[in-house]
Amino acid sequence: MVSTGLPQVGDDSRAGVANPVLQVEDLSVSLGGRQVLDRVSFSVEAGGFCGLIGSNGAGKTTLIRAILGLTAPSRGRIVVTDGTRSRQNPQIGYVPQKIVLEADMPLRARDLVGLGLDGHRFGIPWPKTKRRIAVEEMLDAVGATRFADVRIGTLSGGEQQRIMIAQALICRPKLLLLDEPLANLDIRSAAGVVELLARIAAEQRIAVLLSAHDMNPLLPVMDRVVYLADGRAVSGTTDQVVRTDILSRLYGHHVEVIHVEGRVLVVSGSEHQAHHPNDTDTFLRGP
Amino acid sequence: MFANFMVNAWEAATVVAIVAGVVGFFTVLRGAAFAAHSLPNGAFAGAAGAVLIGANTIVGLGVFSLAGAGMIAGLGRRARSDVATALTIVLMLALGDLFLSRTSEYAPEIFALLFGEVLGVSSNKLGPTVVIAIACIVAIVALYRPLMLSSVTPDVAEARGINARVMDLAFLVVLAAVTTMAVPVVGSLLIFSLLIGPPAAARSFTNRPPVAMGLSVLFALVTVWVAIAVSYETDLPVGFFVGTISAFAYTVGRAWTAWRRTREGRPPSPNLATLANVDERGTANVVGR
Amino acid sequence: MLAVSWAPLFEPGFFSSEPVHVALTVGAISAVVSGVVGVFTVIRGQSFAGHALSDIGTAGGSASFLVGTSTLYGFVAFNVVAAGVMELIGIRKPRGRDLATGIVLGASLGLAALFLYEGTISSSTTGATVNVLFGSIFTLAPGIMNVIAVLGFVSVSLIAVLYRPLLLSSVSYEMAAARRVPVRLVGAGYLLALALAVSMSAVTIGAILSTALLIGPAAVALRVATRTGVAIAVAAVVGVVACWAGTLIAYDSTVWAGGNGWPVSFCIVVVIFVLYFTSGVVSRLRADPRPATTSDLGRFVEPVEAA
Repeated sequence: MVSTGLPQVGDDSRAGVANPVLQVEDLSVSLGGRQVLDRVSFSVEAGGFCGLIGSNGAGKTTLIRAILGLTAPSRGRIVVTDGTRSRQNPQIGYVPQKIVLEADMPLRARDLVGLGLDGHRFGIPWPKTKRRIAVEEMLDAVGATRFADVRIGTLSGGEQQRIMIAQALICRPKLLLLDEPLANLDIRSAAGVVELLARIAAEQRIAVLLSAHDMNPLLPVMDRVVYLADGRAVSGTTDQVVRTDILSRLYGHHVEVIHVEGRVLVVSGSEHQAHHPNDTDTFLRGP
Repeated sequence: MFANFMVNAWEAATVVAIVAGVVGFFTVLRGAAFAAHSLPNGAFAGAAGAVLIGANTIVGLGVFSLAGAGMIAGLGRRARSDVATALTIVLMLALGDLFLSRTSEYAPEIFALLFGEVLGVSSNKLGPTVVIAIACIVAIVALYRPLMLSSVTPDVAEARGINARVMDLAFLVVLAAVTTMAVPVVGSLLIFSLLIGPPAAARSFTNRPPVAMGLSVLFALVTVWVAIAVSYETDLPVGFFVGTISAFAYTVGRAWTAWRRTREGRPPSPNLATLANVDERGTANVVGR
Repeated sequence: MLAVSWAPLFEPGFFSSEPVHVALTVGAISAVVSGVVGVFTVIRGQSFAGHALSDIGTAGGSASFLVGTSTLYGFVAFNVVAAGVMELIGIRKPRGRDLATGIVLGASLGLAALFLYEGTISSSTTGATVNVLFGSIFTLAPGIMNVIAVLGFVSVSLIAVLYRPLLLSSVSYEMAAARRVPVRLVGAGYLLALALAVSMSAVTIGAILSTALLIGPAAVALRVATRTGVAIAVAAVVGVVACWAGTLIAYDSTVWAGGNGWPVSFCIVVVIFVLYFTSGVVSRLRADPRPATTSDLGRFVEPVEAA
């Protein structure tokens, strides 16, 4: 691994971005003795659309969890808006990676969105007009009214994704975090989700940060990218970051950035050390 | 303890342990612990029914455990598998209750089926036991590769033409056969513990399937041998020792895994911690059941 | 008066029989509690735990039988401890979790074997073991009703208090954790409710019926209901109906089946199965209310449970 300093691309942590909703400064996280994130810095402004790009094992999920406050950093800090966060006013809407839903789950789409509003409160939900209206509005905003009364377990991938986004947005967060939302969607559904998110970011002035291992679906709408490799990050605009010289320095070995018909390919000179677990291996580890 | 009448117990238990180790490897891999509990427990109802109509209890066991296997697979097509298994064991036990109520004679031999009477195995019972045992092992060996594939990566298996439901049923049928040969010998409690405890422990010590299966058999053998020996000395039930030794083996296995993981710089368990720990291998992209 | 017009259905003495009153009451309470807890049990894929607890409690019952205290207390004690152990082991993936449940169950059954053995040695009452294992709705110790009611009430109240966070964490553990829901506490609370519910039902109506009323009505309800609240209500109603109908059939069977008639547990289970298959037919016949969608082709694929 190369020990050169991180390629400097725009000084994001302070002056580069006006109105930062999310500021990550010099964040390092180590888990179980392993350095998972190493001095990551970037910020996202209100209404900004930021892609967190990296292959599996690069640290995307850890970063997201650190932002959510579920993982304690060993160094650095994370500031979300003005720092005031509470259970009632989370400021961050979170869409986790794929959730497994059985077909018999007795929740309609609108019920799940409603849980986004008050699912953290104890007790039984009491039907209130205000709640119902808020849910209706949110369903409409994500284009889910059509299947609002369908059981969530029978929704298609794209439909489920919209509902998850709705439940994350219903508390009017300033920041929307999505963990690999496009991973298992077909191209059409993925494009639809990206378009929806971009619209939400622009209209509601909500900062969107989503992780992906393929940046191509995001190219039309992404205005910032945070590129993660082995826990180290480079951030800036797409043009600034996705370049052969910058990414090669980040990875520590030569990678080639190829533009083909409006799409970007990052090709490694040598075999990139991504984690590709042997499937049988994974399964034979003890519980 | 190696007197004549005990030798049969040793032989019978050894045969059962070997089969349990082999089949148990897949039981744990497929997460079929509930089925491994339900089939032996429910099958006793078949024995009760056999007593009612004056048939051979082993036949009753066999018929009922096969029917149970079919029912779990059948109900499991439209329902969750654990719901299917729960409904199956409930029906079987309810039928057992019915059969028991029809006969005024309280048959202690049926009760023994629940907790096992290893010491009561006569030599002529050993023959059919061994035959079915061999059949079970042959079946597992024959089905080894499709079973592995469908247990670990069902989608890859589908792509190669292996039907998941057929494999489900096939495995349940093998479990039913194990039930039939083992329950008269060691009782339903023991076979259940042997099917999950030793194999679970074995998995903690190795990644390679054949080694895991071998260890599984070894642990099962050690479990029954120690259990019989201690039971003989203390006069306490074998089932008690099998249950506790299995739990002990499982705990040791998990502790070993946790220790090994910490040494490798990984979180001790992907599950025991809060969300603060990273996923084991980043995101899980492999599809499966 | 009701009995007159329904004469063929109700054998004489059904409504006036004291044991029947007790059976109907106890059955109804157990059915309601089991229905409420059962819906969450099925949703969370913990049917094995729900069944295991009835056997584990039996070990406790045998222990207290040995010691001389009421079986109920031993039952509850063992179940609560077992639930605690299951929560501590803390495996979230279903396969590993069922395995852990199985280990705990195996150990408990071993203990039960030990206690029963000691019991038969000391008092040689083999009939008692059958009772502990199977229970009998028609033979309940007097004065137990109050404790049963309290257990049931606590169990249902726990579910009511935990309702929203439990539902949210059942849909997605991560979503709930991100919303600062104390997920492990909520999960532990649910297991406690399960332990109490299984205890009160297994001691009164037997281990078989405990599982039957926990899983069966919930499975029926989940086939026909699209909302959680409705599912819970349906599960409770189905459970009560099954109990009462089963009790009635069992009572009547003393006439036409000869001997002691059919056991209540069998009759109730049969009713549950009839309702289950009926609900299956109903749910298949029901037209899908959604219009066909031409977009949104993607369908999520289940991730493997990495060990």
